[in-house]
Amino acid sequence: MVVNILVGLGVALFGFVLQTAMGGINRKIVARVQKRIGPKWYQEFIDIFKLFSKRSVSHGWIFDFGVIMALGGIIATAMFMPVTANIIAFEGYDNFFIFVYLLAVGMLGMAMSASGSGNPLASIGVMRALTTMLAYEVPFMIVVMTIIKLTGGTSSVSEIAAFQQIAGNNWFIIALPLGGIVAIISLMGMLGKKPFETYIAPAEIASGPMVEYGGKQLGMLFVMHEITVFIEVSLFIHLFLGGAATLGVYLLKYFLVYTALNLISSVYARFKIDQVVVFFYKWPLFMAVTQAIIAIYLGWVI
Amino acid sequence: MKSTKFSPMTQEQIDKKWWEIGNYFRRNSLWMLMYCTGCCAIELPPAMTSAYDMERLGMGPMATPRQADVLLVTGYLSLKTLRRLIYTYEQMSEPKYVVGFGSCTINGGIYHDSHAVINKLDQYIPVDVYVAGCMPNTEAVMNGFTDLMGMIKNKTARGWLDYKERNDWYKKNQLDSLGEVLVHDEFHE
Repeated sequence: MVVNILVGLGVALFGFVLQTAMGGINRKIVARVQKRIGPKWYQEFIDIFKLFSKRSVSHGWIFDFGVIMALGGIIATAMFMPVTANIIAFEGYDNFFIFVYLLAVGMLGMAMSASGSGNPLASIGVMRALTTMLAYEVPFMIVVMTIIKLTGGTSSVSEIAAFQQIAGNNWFIIALPLGGIVAIISLMGMLGKKPFETYIAPAEIASGPMVEYGGKQLGMLFVMHEITVFIEVSLFIHLFLGGAATLGVYLLKYFLVYTALNLISSVYARFKIDQVVVFFYKWPLFMAVTQAIIAIYLGWVI
Repeated sequence: MKSTKFSPMTQEQIDKKWWEIGNYFRRNSLWMLMYCTGCCAIELPPAMTSAYDMERLGMGPMATPRQADVLLVTGYLSLKTLRRLIYTYEQMSEPKYVVGFGSCTINGGIYHDSHAVINKLDQYIPVDVYVAGCMPNTEAVMNGFTDLMGMIKNKTARGWLDYKERNDWYKKNQLDSLGEVLVHDEFHE
């Protein structure tokens, strides 16, 4: 049991280091797209350690406690995440619904803390974040339910990954092409990438939920954000890209997915919040339902 | 023979070491808050975009005072905006630095005889680096930022400590010019 917990904490730490390095590399790639040189690849580490070295003010104990709850909730979620087929902390507990429920703990902690600061822009940001969550989760869940039905009723993330590695089965992004597109769009919504960046919106609502954070609390939120991105991209890799047999394959898939999303994001402008909701409830939902019908009732799976 | 016995450092030496390590992170990741009051603000877009690319120094724009490290005062300050500037400066989390742009923040510039504009910024808030010129070149702006990074390395960017030590003097100057620092509008009630 102790070993499992240590492995789980190691997975969370691995996710933090991996995603922070990937974030720095991607800042450099986006800078090259814009004909700039870009920061050092370890710039995100410098940013986070700088935030921890600063002094910060508190806005009451809800404000501080919510940050700790958010970080703790996200670390607890990351502990269940399988990295490869062998590196997994709690065998048999890597259920998809565990991730869905535990991710909400971190999100609610952040929402509570941001509301505790008393800033109206923070409340607007939290409201927008929860509305975006409501929008992308419906089509995403329909696609994942389809996958769970196709794999014979198992919702274990590592078993779904193993199912795709059996000879004769394609990765689900190929087997369910419409569902794959929906999943990519939903993933961009989850990560808050450009067309769906509505709840951060620095020029409009002054970075939304983060508006009153500075110094150490902001540093903890940055760590939380990096681990959240790690969880969401890993879920996509395991559910749609066939998981990873070795660590090298995992790193390659992670880099490709995250870079592709950043490149898509770097050429888009920002939606308004009502456009986000209408968009997700129009095309991705339609595509997800169509995919579910043709995969489950007609049996057309590539 | 020289003793090889481990001599423990005093608490002051340990704090100094930690502060130097922190200085490395602070000078390589300066997040700016742009208080764009005057025309010098037009020098910031070329400094940020592909011509000069300040992100390679680790600098970037931030949305709110709480998140920022450097306050950029780009141009003249009327009495009305000075009140907001003092509010903004006091909200920033320490350590914090100030860069004054253009001759308006140094001695008033072309507004030196205006009744509504302050002349010397460093009487009201401590300024670490001035970028002179009307308006300064973008090269001068970038040079000012690298100067600030060097000052943080040499521990001479002590404006925020000065604001604490001589707070009475700054407050007196603020009150003499403004009458009262409190802002009365719908955002500050």
